[in-house]
Amino acid sequence: MRVYRTLLRRELGAYFVSLTGYVVIAVAAFLIGLSFVDLLVAVRQETLPLHVTEVFYQTPYFWVLLLVSAPVVTMRLFAQEKFAGTYETLMTAPVRDVEVVLAKFSAAFLFFVVMWLPLLVAVLLVRHLAGDLAALDWRVLGVTCLGIGLLGALFLAMGCFASSLTRTQTVAAVLGFLFGVSLFLLGFVAGRLAQGNTWTAAVFGQLTLFEHMQDFTRGIVDVRPVVCYASLTALFLYLTVRVVESRRWK
Amino acid sequence: MDSDPIIEVEHLTKRYAGREAVSDVSFTVGRGEIVGLLGPNGAGKSTMMRVLACFLPASSGTARVAGLDVFEQSLEVRRRIGFMPENNPLPSDMRVREYLKFRARLKGLSRARSRERVDMVLQQCGLTEVSRRIIGQLSKGYRQRVGLADALVHEPDVIILDEPTLGLDPTQIRAVRQLIRGLAGRHTVLLSTHILLEAEMTCQRLLILFEGRLLAADTPENLQRLMEGSHEVVAEIAAPEAALREAWDQLPDVERADVTPVDGEYFLCRLTPRAGVDLRPRVFELARDRGWTLRELARRRPTLEDIYVRVTRPEGEEEEG
Repeated sequence: MRVYRTLLRRELGAYFVSLTGYVVIAVAAFLIGLSFVDLLVAVRQETLPLHVTEVFYQTPYFWVLLLVSAPVVTMRLFAQEKFAGTYETLMTAPVRDVEVVLAKFSAAFLFFVVMWLPLLVAVLLVRHLAGDLAALDWRVLGVTCLGIGLLGALFLAMGCFASSLTRTQTVAAVLGFLFGVSLFLLGFVAGRLAQGNTWTAAVFGQLTLFEHMQDFTRGIVDVRPVVCYASLTALFLYLTVRVVESRRWK
Repeated sequence: MDSDPIIEVEHLTKRYAGREAVSDVSFTVGRGEIVGLLGPNGAGKSTMMRVLACFLPASSGTARVAGLDVFEQSLEVRRRIGFMPENNPLPSDMRVREYLKFRARLKGLSRARSRERVDMVLQQCGLTEVSRRIIGQLSKGYRQRVGLADALVHEPDVIILDEPTLGLDPTQIRAVRQLIRGLAGRHTVLLSTHILLEAEMTCQRLLILFEGRLLAADTPENLQRLMEGSHEVVAEIAAPEAALREAWDQLPDVERADVTPVDGEYFLCRLTPRAGVDLRPRVFELARDRGWTLRELARRRPTLEDIYVRVTRPEGEEEEG
């Protein structure tokens, strides 16, 4: 536990000491701000047909932010340490591989959460301006956050894995982005790839990220995507641990 | 060695993609010793150290630190080792004290203990006045000391330093060397270098590694004795080649002679004397007696390469005989 906490603090510190951390937060705040404008336009309509969170989800910035931020946040985790050589000092300290991976992932996740905070502010502002309590349901907001957290964790785990494979941050970012986009697009082509009652159709049917997230923004919690994302996250973290271990394979 | 060994390496081999970086190396290091791993670049020093520091697994053979296997009981071994890798990688975004504190905590020291130890190593390594500076802005000499402080911070039994003086200026080298010598007794130090002189000055015992094999393990004094009298003599003489070769064959104290043409009538003769003999007067007398023109006559201090040659030769001669 001590190693985990120490490493977590160090990794979080690295985000807020470096310029990259603030640039990422600034870009995220900018994109959320743009969708905030869309939100205001929607709120001005006499009857709001959708939940505030769903309106936000309908703007194109949501997926841009989710798909691009994860690889940018995670690219440095392993690649940068390998490039600088500090990976060697880290791994020759009495630390377990699992602790290292979990600490780095947790730091990325916490940073990711901080990055999304402007959304919360935007939603609360809308509620205040509209003065309409019905426009925002706390439960719906909570479920939306859960969805963002789950998807974020998955994309960050993929980014972690990508970063552990290389010693170049750019390669890590591109690879992580590729993983994320592939999974995202899979949901759209799934219907065409497999049809009927085959098991492939059943599997691909579970990977419709776009629709799942829409459900979350409506306040609907389906257990299947929750389990699916949690286990995929675990899978990618497990793969990362295996890559970290691999240097000690004979 | 009177004390029991703290590092035991037995028949260790490390292969990278078909190439053997370290082949069948065995040695032991006693508690409190300062041992130098000496060899040219690419001799397998770094690989050897990385295996001992649990960063890489050995392909075959075993290595134990304080009786613990570096592969099977890696965590326990890492707790007992302070390792400074080659080029001393450090995070450039942290402050000196902050970094050492982070490393101390990472190595399992309690909060109070880590504060105490960090203060101690800051003082020991002469870093107190830069403790609040950012590592990325420090000079190379200070960075090296930060690396050393990191290796020392958890009071390890064994300290492994890969090329600790690489890229430092002479004053800084002297400071680092002094620091390392000060560790003798309390800690066991294994350091690598490719500079013979440095190894002689710092270490109580030398292990010579060449192309992955261990050629010799002895005190610097004994190795020096081995080298005594083997100062090579170089002479440039204008004479017929056949006559030169014949002359060297007849001279009793010449163990080996190389004759190569230089320019014009001149030949470069590299003569290895029998132990303890100075060949220079004889070469001069020979040239005077025969009326040859002598253009250059010098004695060369043995280089590291000569030691390798010297150490490998008896084995080769036995094979021939």
